Amino acid sequence: MITAVRKPMEEIIACVAPYDRILLVGCNECVSVCSVGGRKEVALLASALQMHFLKQGKTMDIKEITLERQCDPEYVEELVNLTDGADAILSMACGCGVQTIAGRYREKPVFPAVNTTFMGASERQGVWSERCQGCGDCVLGITGGICPIARCSKRLMNGPCGGSSNGKCEIDPNIDCAWQLIWDRLKALGLERRIEDIMEAKDWRTSRDGGPRKIVREDLAS
Amino acid sequence: MKTESRLEKVLASGALAVTSECGPPRGVVPDKVKEKAELLRGYVDAVNVTDNQTAMVRMSSWAASILLKQIGIDPVFQMVTRDRNRLAMQADIIGAYSHGVNTMLCLSGDHPHFGDHPMAANVYDLDSVQLIQAVVKMRDEGKFQGGKDIDHPPKMFVGAAANPFADPFELRVMRLAKKVRAGVDFIQTQCIYNLDKFARWMDGVCERGLHEKVHILAGITPMKSAGMARYMKNRVPGMDVPDDIVKRMEGVPKEKQPEEGIKIAVESIERLKEMEGVHGFHIMAIEWEEKVPEIVEKAGLLPRPEI
Repeated sequence: MITAVRKPMEEIIACVAPYDRILLVGCNECVSVCSVGGRKEVALLASALQMHFLKQGKTMDIKEITLERQCDPEYVEELVNLTDGADAILSMACGCGVQTIAGRYREKPVFPAVNTTFMGASERQGVWSERCQGCGDCVLGITGGICPIARCSKRLMNGPCGGSSNGKCEIDPNIDCAWQLIWDRLKALGLERRIEDIMEAKDWRTSRDGGPRKIVREDLAS
Repeated sequence: MKTESRLEKVLASGALAVTSECGPPRGVVPDKVKEKAELLRGYVDAVNVTDNQTAMVRMSSWAASILLKQIGIDPVFQMVTRDRNRLAMQADIIGAYSHGVNTMLCLSGDHPHFGDHPMAANVYDLDSVQLIQAVVKMRDEGKFQGGKDIDHPPKMFVGAAANPFADPFELRVMRLAKKVRAGVDFIQTQCIYNLDKFARWMDGVCERGLHEKVHILAGITPMKSAGMARYMKNRVPGMDVPDDIVKRMEGVPKEKQPEEGIKIAVESIERLKEMEGVHGFHIMAIEWEEKVPEIVEKAGLLPRPEI
């Protein structure tokens, strides 16, 4: 899923301070699962903002709504009767959601309340780790199911580098060395020799380097 | 001969090669590069010029390499894949070669985390293995990495690094094999203090016949003090300093420690000379370049061959 963390309160306050009526919009998808922008977090942020502004002697009118999916125009359409009553929109979705709102309600300023961080998986309760960088040409089938692009600090395709120490990355003892993981997994699969196959220079066009990407499914597109 | 490289010729002659290292300055004064290199003249076959070493900005390695070439000292132009994409790297290779730089070392480089620009983007368009492939392709096929022909290609003698002491150890010979498969001509190893472990790695290298396909230069860094020994042991990732080395340094008075460090370096070279597959030495005296001649001399590596 897409993970996010909430922006610092001061930054959010600075964004909305010039306005009197805020539409605070959550999302029921990824940011809800990682407990940063779902219904509950929308309510918490609304209360915190109201309290902050009350202390300053200002009554902030905050309307709360959590959409099923903020990156989907169909759901974003649900805001159509609410935007008139707001001076600005504060979104708790990932950057995709924020931009879908900004694209639809062009006359309203939209601010992100979270920093979108990475595509990751849950390791355990409350811990998420980056797993995919969406390079557009998946290599997991030859790297034992562990992604060197997302999980090696140098995104080495032919690792490990000389800084792998006791299974950890040289930049942080809390980060696993991706190539140690790959090696362990290849061994478990009896595919040790594969580590000597050179992974050729990557064609980054399928990644961000080919320009902003788009998928058009002719069978589905209307 | 694949190239005009002096290092290639020395290695081909069967003599033990000697290289050393010189970190370019964090400023514009060219004499600083030349002064460091002058200390090494006549004592080594080539001098590595580091590329934004430890992820700190320095005079570019190609520019400093050219400065050395201009005073008649052969540089080993280091290139890390951290800072430039494949367009910039190939452009710099051509540029350096056009000024007579014909020997280079392909590295991934330290992560920006360790330097003074931890906020910088780390590029890693290629990794070190892919950079070796690219430089070899430029030389042997006359083609750019992207596949188009080069009008008069650069002919680089291509080196890379190997760290026999990093984890997982069992993978370290295979990793060398991979660089050999990519076409590397010579290897400079991480500093060697744990000679037994290095010997085990060399056994693995020779068992697979890799020592016949690549020239291995053993890395030597003299310790200046017991403090440095402890620091290298505890703080430098991928460094293996056995306790007895630290104890030996601690066992002599502070003013005698530099001398002891040199002694250890010379003894290491003597033992490494006996190991099959070791074709030379890469002596990295960090900010202590003036001691390289003494080490080379005491280790019986003089005179350097005339090529």
